[in-house]
Amino acid sequence: MPEAMVEIADLWKSFGSLPVLKGVSLQVERGSVVAIIGPSGSGKSTLLRCLNLLEEPDRGRIRVGDRERRFGDGRRSKPRDRELSAFRAATGMVFQHFNLFPHMTVIANVMSGPSIVKGMARREAAEVARALLAKVGLADKVDSYPAQLSGGQRQRVAIARALAMNPAVMLLDEVTSALDPELVGEVLGVIEQLAKEGMTMLIVTHEIAFAHEVANLVAFMSDGVIVESGPPRQILEHPENPRTGGFLARFHRLMGSFPAPP
Amino acid sequence: MTGTRYAWDFSFLWGYRSLILTGLAVTVAYTIGTILLGLVIGLLTGLLRLSRSVLITAPLVAYIEIFRCTPLLVQIVWFYYALPVVLGIDIPANVAATLVLSLYTGAFYAEIIRGGVASIERGQWDAARAIGMRRAQVMRYVILPQAIKRMIPPFMNQSIIQLKNTSLVSTIAVADLLYQGTIITAATYRPLEVYTMVAVLYFLILFPLTLAAQQAERRLARSD
Repeated sequence: MPEAMVEIADLWKSFGSLPVLKGVSLQVERGSVVAIIGPSGSGKSTLLRCLNLLEEPDRGRIRVGDRERRFGDGRRSKPRDRELSAFRAATGMVFQHFNLFPHMTVIANVMSGPSIVKGMARREAAEVARALLAKVGLADKVDSYPAQLSGGQRQRVAIARALAMNPAVMLLDEVTSALDPELVGEVLGVIEQLAKEGMTMLIVTHEIAFAHEVANLVAFMSDGVIVESGPPRQILEHPENPRTGGFLARFHRLMGSFPAPP
Repeated sequence: MTGTRYAWDFSFLWGYRSLILTGLAVTVAYTIGTILLGLVIGLLTGLLRLSRSVLITAPLVAYIEIFRCTPLLVQIVWFYYALPVVLGIDIPANVAATLVLSLYTGAFYAEIIRGGVASIERGQWDAARAIGMRRAQVMRYVILPQAIKRMIPPFMNQSIIQLKNTSLVSTIAVADLLYQGTIITAATYRPLEVYTMVAVLYFLILFPLTLAAQQAERRLARSD
């Protein structure tokens, strides 16, 4: 069995008195795609944000590649700015609302990681950015500003920007939820391509059909824990836990796209 | 109507032209000088004000609110008459005037700067941090370039007001335009002409500046 690329062990996180993650453990194999599904408020996004330390977990352990961090156990080790940055640079994150830098051109957005964080020479960074923009089908938008692009194009730029750091793992947080329905496909296409190329990914999504098709593992989260996880066929078609079944049933009624669980 | 019997005559002012010009120069010098000093104060205060430590923000908030919530005239009088007593040292009028005007406008600049930075969406921080930028890099490359654009219109407005604010230093005998006006009035007994001239001079400087500010504001709005 290949060594896991991402390891999450007993992760806890509260916002004030509100517990959001209550002991989440998950392993992501190198080159595999994990889809995290579940009702809103179940902690999916917080889990992703903890993974690149945009939120600091209260307790538990995270390993991405060969970088490991432990939290809690009385050791109040507020991670330093420099360490945090290094940890985050190894994970690429794409957000629901794109969060492109509006004052930068498309290529400057994609170059920002390599040139500002890695200190790569401008010409070299521009080359990297051009190649990635071509890969996501936006070679002709290099000099546009984000405001001039459609939602689907913006999200593809955001994916290219994350890829530019050459991350060990990509974290995708509901990346199609803010898109008009007709633009969802172009973004999912790019993600599917990444999956085929062997990119390790954690995807929080409401696109159940997409999860079924692309993910190697589906994890159902509810109320701060992973209720069950397994191959998509098993979880999405024959869920064992009634909460998973209930969630999916509601989904199927909405979408009508997918064989209903028995 | 008695008003019509007053014979307006501005010609005598020509004889005081050097006095008027000196006053005007002092007014402009105080404006520019205290805007620059205020900007340094405002920049430091505004950025430190974003700190998460209450130990840092509490005294800054106290400073900002004290200067924003008391009349400038009272501040000038207080710094010139009361502060020397408190500190037991002599504070010359020009020092008191510079200090108060800079601190006063600096308090407003600080809020403009803090507000500009705070107005940038959280998602911009998230995205920049997620790429691996350090705090200072996020500020420099992502937040400030966007925030400064939003700060420019209120900054211009505050600076225009500052030119009018300087007229209050005449109360502690700093020889600005208004002070020279009172001197000329005392010598000629023609306050109507003198203060009309003073008003016209302030207007002639500020009106073009407000037009320029409006135009800059429109240009910034277009580029969004």
